[in-house]
Amino acid sequence: MPQGILTFAEQRDGSFKKVAFEATSAAAALKADFGGKVTSVVIGKGVQAIAAKLGAYGADEVLAFDQDLFDKYSTGGYGRALVQAVQVCDPALIIVPATTMGRDLAAWAAAKLGVACAMDCVEIKAEGGKPRVRRPVYAGKAFATLEPTTGALVAAIRPNVFAAKESAPGTEAPVKVLPIEFSAESIRAMVKRIAAPAEARLDVAEADIVVAGGRGIGSPEGWAPLEELAKVLGAAVGASRAVVDSGWRDHADQIGQTGKVVAPTLYFACGISGAIQHLAGMRTSKVIVAINKDPEAPIFKVANYGIVGDLFEVLPALTAEFKKVL
Amino acid sequence: MQITVCVAVTPSTETKVKVAPDGKSLDVAEVKFELNPYDEFALEEALRLREARGEGQVEVLTVGDGSQKEEIRKCLARGADSAAILKADTSAADSAAIAGALAARIGAGASQVVFFGKQAVDGDNSQVPAHVAVALDWPLVGKVSKLAFDGDSFTAQREIEGGVEIIEGRLPAVFSAEKGLNEPRYPSLKGIMAAKKKPLEEVEVQLEAARVTCLSLGLPPARPEGRIVGEGAAVAAEVVRLLKEEAKVI
Ligand SMILES: Cc1cc2nc3c(=O)[nH]c(=O)nc-3n(C[C@H](O)[C@H](O)[C@H](O)COP(=O)(O)OP(=O)(O)OC[C@H]3O[C@@H](n4cnc5c(N)ncnc54)[C@H](O)[C@@H]3O)c2cc1C
Ligand SMILES: Nc1ncnc2c1ncn2[C@@H]1O[C@H](COP(=O)(O)O)[C@@H](O)[C@H]1O
Repeated sequence: MPQGILTFAEQRDGSFKKVAFEATSAAAALKADFGGKVTSVVIGKGVQAIAAKLGAYGADEVLAFDQDLFDKYSTGGYGRALVQAVQVCDPALIIVPATTMGRDLAAWAAAKLGVACAMDCVEIKAEGGKPRVRRPVYAGKAFATLEPTTGALVAAIRPNVFAAKESAPGTEAPVKVLPIEFSAESIRAMVKRIAAPAEARLDVAEADIVVAGGRGIGSPEGWAPLEELAKVLGAAVGASRAVVDSGWRDHADQIGQTGKVVAPTLYFACGISGAIQHLAGMRTSKVIVAINKDPEAPIFKVANYGIVGDLFEVLPALTAEFKKVL
Repeated sequence: MQITVCVAVTPSTETKVKVAPDGKSLDVAEVKFELNPYDEFALEEALRLREARGEGQVEVLTVGDGSQKEEIRKCLARGADSAAILKADTSAADSAAIAGALAARIGAGASQVVFFGKQAVDGDNSQVPAHVAVALDWPLVGKVSKLAFDGDSFTAQREIEGGVEIIEGRLPAVFSAEKGLNEPRYPSLKGIMAAKKKPLEEVEVQLEAARVTCLSLGLPPARPEGRIVGEGAAVAAEVVRLLKEEAKVI
């Protein structure tokens, strides 16, 4: 009978991602419901040094795969190691971050293990010893509640939804280093290198404030007043698909159905009409401010504070006002 | 070279979601179905690969109840050589079940490369490509935004949080496409005419039992009605005050 919870603790270059702590904390909170232990698995090169830290977030034990082979990511390598960890502890629930790496691994490991998987979970509960999760579908226009029909569940959790909580500050978890039980030849695609972006920019999905621009900015030069406001607020600059498709901004900054889903505390929609596909990416922002010269623009239907006007006049005025109070 | 593209036909992204009376599925009464947006990039990449090689066949596969014909015909009009609808009742199917049917068909053929979209915009599951990759024992390269081939070797790029991964590998392989991988073409008039004569097979398949079941489908809490504070630069001070004192977000 599977018992307990396994979490995948994502790290890059020897540092845990915040969501690794979120996953372990979520597991610790559910521990009583699933019996057994909270085990975390960390995969990488030189990761033994950081593994024990997960104890502070509630891990009872950490399994570590520490090899040159894992210096760079491969779905085949990391996936096989994750599967091996599952076989070691036979958990009822496997929690993985729904990051680029975690999404791959969650689905791949579930396939390999023959168990169910749910992506982007925003809630995990136990119902009669079985995991039950809630996740967005149809680009967040609805939420589904799911349960596995047999066996364990791999739940990929959406970053920034579950709290990272140090339930036992300073506690070091025992670390067990595992050898790999598969051959490196079975990995036939591998990351060779990671190119950092030309300028280190705050990611729209991670920022607490987002200043987003749409076709209303008129031209690639139109970013200036948005960048200024973003600078004053420490915000990330995002974009609608219209401006990304025009080549005025990178796809990495696109918000919406075919871009990123963001849920910042404060979202500025500047010269964005508010198409349903754009709303899909930002409607769960806590507070939305819209600046648009068309009072009928649909964005005003979701904006807590709407300003009808030319963004080239309104934004500099806002920036000046923020400077006074910040 | 045999190239496969797996596509899903999904509710238009314009869809206003209504829950069906069963409380756990989408009310499709007024829903328009279209090719999954990410699958357009998958199809385009397959066509480009065939064109670059100067030979080969692109086959489009979908698992569905048969109502996908029109959208699949459009894939043929864009340039795919053949297509098959793997027909089954998909109402309770999960990603593993869908993938099982696809993998069985692909494994029995001579395909060396399979393209997917990174996710289907119905369930947003992002899982079918991984299940197929595992079933075929081929490497999975997910969320690709750039792809180049040199013989059987490939170099792929994908966005990760705060950077870009450059991935190398060899065929056979499974790729899933991110927006931006390419600029999908529109069907030409000639393509539309030609599509009528291209093979579109319908094959009955059995799906394995789902490993995950949906208990209920609900709508997110509605946002409060929007509010326009005023017009022009003059209201900037008032909005900043509201953000500070009323919303307390700065
Ligand atoms: C499959 C699919 C997926 C999609 N995915 C996405 C997605 O991920 N993200 C996304 O954003 N869109 C997406 N879209 C596109 C979406 O339907 C809209 O076309 C797009 O969001 C429009 O972008 P926009 O608001 O910048 O441009 P527009 O709709 O052209 O709006 C521009 C707005 O700017 C205002 N304006 C103009 N000048 C000024 C000024 N000087 N000052 C103030 N306001 C001004 C106008 O009144 C107008 O409201 C998708 C569409 C499809 C079909
Ligand atoms: N019913 C289906 N038939 C064929 N391919 C599918 C089907 N559902 C999903 N896919 C493929 O798998 C990708 C990811 O879908 P999903 O895992 O459902 O999010 C899609 O972009 C398609 O390429």
